[in-house]
Amino acid sequence: MIRSSKRSPLVYLTHATVLFLVIIWTIPTAGLFISSLRDKDQLAVSGWWTALSTSTHMEVDRAEPPSNQVQESDHFVIKGNILHGKSGKISKFGYSSLHPQAYKAGEVAQIRNGQTLQVMPNGDYVLSSPTQWRGRNGKRIFYTAEIPPHFTLNNYKVVLGADGLGQSFINSLTVTIPATVIPILIAAFAAYALAWMRFPGRAILVASVVGLLVVPLQMSLIPLLKSYNWIGDLFGVSSKTYVGIWLAHTGFGLPLAIYLLRNYIVGLPSEIIESARVDGASDFDIFRKIILPLSFPALASFAIFQFLWVWNDLLVAMVFLGTSPDHMVLTGQLRQLMGSLGGNWGILTASAFITIIIPLCVFFGLQRFLVRGLLAGSVK
Amino acid sequence: MEQLASALVYMVIGVSVCAFYFYGSNFLLDKLFPTKNRAVTIVARNLRITTRIRPWLFLGPAIIFLTFYLFYPVVDSIILSFYGRAGKEFVGLSNYSWLFSNDEFLESFRNNMMWLVVVPTSATFLGLVIASMTDRIWWGNIAKTLIFMPMAISFVGASVIWKFIYDYQSAGNTQIGLLNAIVVFFGGEPQNWISMPFWNNFFLMVILIWIQTGFAMVILSAALRGIPDETIEAAVLDGANGIQIFFKIMVPQIWGTIAVVWTTITILVLKVFDIVLAMTNGQWNTQVLANQMFTWMFRGGGDFGRGAVIALVIMVLVTPIMIWNIRRANQEMEGR
Repeated sequence: MIRSSKRSPLVYLTHATVLFLVIIWTIPTAGLFISSLRDKDQLAVSGWWTALSTSTHMEVDRAEPPSNQVQESDHFVIKGNILHGKSGKISKFGYSSLHPQAYKAGEVAQIRNGQTLQVMPNGDYVLSSPTQWRGRNGKRIFYTAEIPPHFTLNNYKVVLGADGLGQSFINSLTVTIPATVIPILIAAFAAYALAWMRFPGRAILVASVVGLLVVPLQMSLIPLLKSYNWIGDLFGVSSKTYVGIWLAHTGFGLPLAIYLLRNYIVGLPSEIIESARVDGASDFDIFRKIILPLSFPALASFAIFQFLWVWNDLLVAMVFLGTSPDHMVLTGQLRQLMGSLGGNWGILTASAFITIIIPLCVFFGLQRFLVRGLLAGSVK
Repeated sequence: MEQLASALVYMVIGVSVCAFYFYGSNFLLDKLFPTKNRAVTIVARNLRITTRIRPWLFLGPAIIFLTFYLFYPVVDSIILSFYGRAGKEFVGLSNYSWLFSNDEFLESFRNNMMWLVVVPTSATFLGLVIASMTDRIWWGNIAKTLIFMPMAISFVGASVIWKFIYDYQSAGNTQIGLLNAIVVFFGGEPQNWISMPFWNNFFLMVILIWIQTGFAMVILSAALRGIPDETIEAAVLDGANGIQIFFKIMVPQIWGTIAVVWTTITILVLKVFDIVLAMTNGQWNTQVLANQMFTWMFRGGGDFGRGAVIALVIMVLVTPIMIWNIRRANQEMEGR
C-alpha cells in the first residue's frame, strides 16, 4: 500500500500501537487460561500476573491438639508441620493475631510461663511447655509463607468430574452437530433455486431472505414456545427436546445459509451451467454433480458459522431445551456457575476455558473459511 | 456418550430424509412428466410444467422452515402484544400503555440507545484503525488473528473472562482483578466496576467491543485491499501525507463497507442478551431490552403479552436497517 514512505518514526509508532492493541486483546484470555492452571488457594489471594513469581502470603492454622502431646524428659512437646504437605517456605511466624509476623523462621518464641514455640523454614514446628498442655483445640500459629509458583490441573479435574460439566459438554455436542449439518442441505437447494432457476416471485423471495436475516430472535421466542408447548401437549411429549432445538437452530440459521450460499452460487461461471443444460442435464443433476462440489468453500464457511453460533448460543438453548441436567448445555452451565460460585475463580476459569476450547480450535484451524464466509456475507 | 450416538443417528436420519425428499420428489416429477423419448409437443409441454414446478420442490423445505420459525412468529408476536399474560384474553393497548409507563423499560431503552451509539462506533473505528495499520507491517496477519480470536468465544465465556478482570476486593486486600490491580498500582482506590451506576454499562459494552472489533477489522481490511493502487499513487504524487491519504482517499472509497459493518454490529447490539444476563442480570441499572424481554417471558410463569411487546420494540428498531438491506440487495439483483 503506502510503501513509498521511508522508515520514519511513524513506522515504529505503527508497530508499537499494533503491539499494544494485540496485548490488550489477548491479555484477558491469557489471564483466564493461566488462572485456570493455578492452585485455587493461590488464585484467591494473588493476581494471575504473579503466577510465575514467588508469592508471599500470611496464613493461620492450628497446631496439633493437646491430645497429641508427648513428654520429653521434663517438657511436654507438640510437633508437626504447619504447611501440611503444601510446598512453600516459612519466613516469619507469630502466636498472636496482634503480632502475626513477630518472629523470623527458626527463632524460638517465648509465649508465657516457659511455653515456647519454634517454627522452622520448612514448616516444622515445636511447641514446648514445662506443664501439660490443656484444652481441646490446637494452638493457633500465624505464619508468612513464600510459596513458589505452582501449576496444577486440579481445577480441571474438579470441573470435569463433579460439577456436571462433562455431561454438559456432551449435551452441547449433541445440540451442535445435527444443528450444523441439517440446515446445509436444505439451504443449498434453496440457494441454487434462487440463483439459477427462473420462476415468478424469485425477487420477492430473495428480498424476504435478506429481510429475515435481521429479524431479531426475540420475536420468535414467545410464539415458538407457545407452538412447542402445544405440539408437546398434542403428542403427550415434553416440549423441550433435542429434536426441537435442532429444528429451531435450523430455522434460525437458514436465512444466513441461503444468503451466503446464494451469493456464492450466483457467482459460479454461467457457462458451466448453460452447457450442462444444453447437454440435457436436469436442474437436479446440475445441482448434484456441478454446484454441490463447486460450492464446498461456501458450505464450509457456513458450517463454521453455524457451529460457532450454536455452540456459543445461550438464549435458544435456555428457551427450547431448558436447564435440566441432561439438557443443560455448556454456556448454560457456565452461566449458572457464575451465579452460584461468584468468587470461586478456580472452578470458573477452568469451566470457561473448557467451554471456549472447541470454538477456539475451530477458529484457529479453519480461520481461512471463516474469513471467506464473513466477506461473502457482508461485502458486496 | 449414548446420547451423542443417538444425536449422530438422528443427524444421519435428518440428512437422509432431506436427501430422500429432494431425490424422490425430483425423480417423481421426471417420471410424471417425462421429457425424453416422447413426441415433441408432449416434451415441450412437460418441459414447461417441470420447469415451473421444480423451483418449488427445491425451495419447499426452506420456505416451510422460514415461515414457521421466522415469518409466522413475527405476525404472532404482533397479535400477542394485544393479549394478556397467557395469550388468551384480548387486552387492547394495555400492554403498550404498561410499557411506556414502566421504569424498567425506560431504563432498558436508554441503556440500549447508549449501547447502540457506543459499541458499533467503537468497534468499527477500532477495526478500521487496526486494519489499516496491520496491512503495513510484516507480522500483521498474526496480529489480526489474535485480535479476531474473541469472535470465537461465546458471550458467556467472554463474560467470565471480563468479570475476572473487573473483580473487586475491598481496599487493603490484594486485588486479583487486573483493572483494580492497575488502579491500585497507580495509587487509586479499588472500585466495584460492575455495580458502579451508569459507568457499569460501559464496562459491559467493552466486552462486546472486544468481541466485535475483529469482525470489523477483517471486513474493512479486505475492503482497504480492494482500493485501486492508482488512486493512492496519484495522491502520493500530489504530495498528500499518510493521514490525508487515509482520511481523504481511502476512507471515502470504502464508505459502503463501513456502513455494512456498522449496521451488522448495530443489529447484534440490539439483541445483546447473554452478556447482561451473565454479568449483572439487569441489576444496578444495566437492564437492556433483550434481557428484560427474556425475564418477562418466564417471570411468574411467563407473561407472553408483555414479552411480545418488548420484542416488538426491538423489531421496530431493527426495521430501518432491514429496509435498507433489502433495498441494497434489490439494487444488486438489478445490476446482474
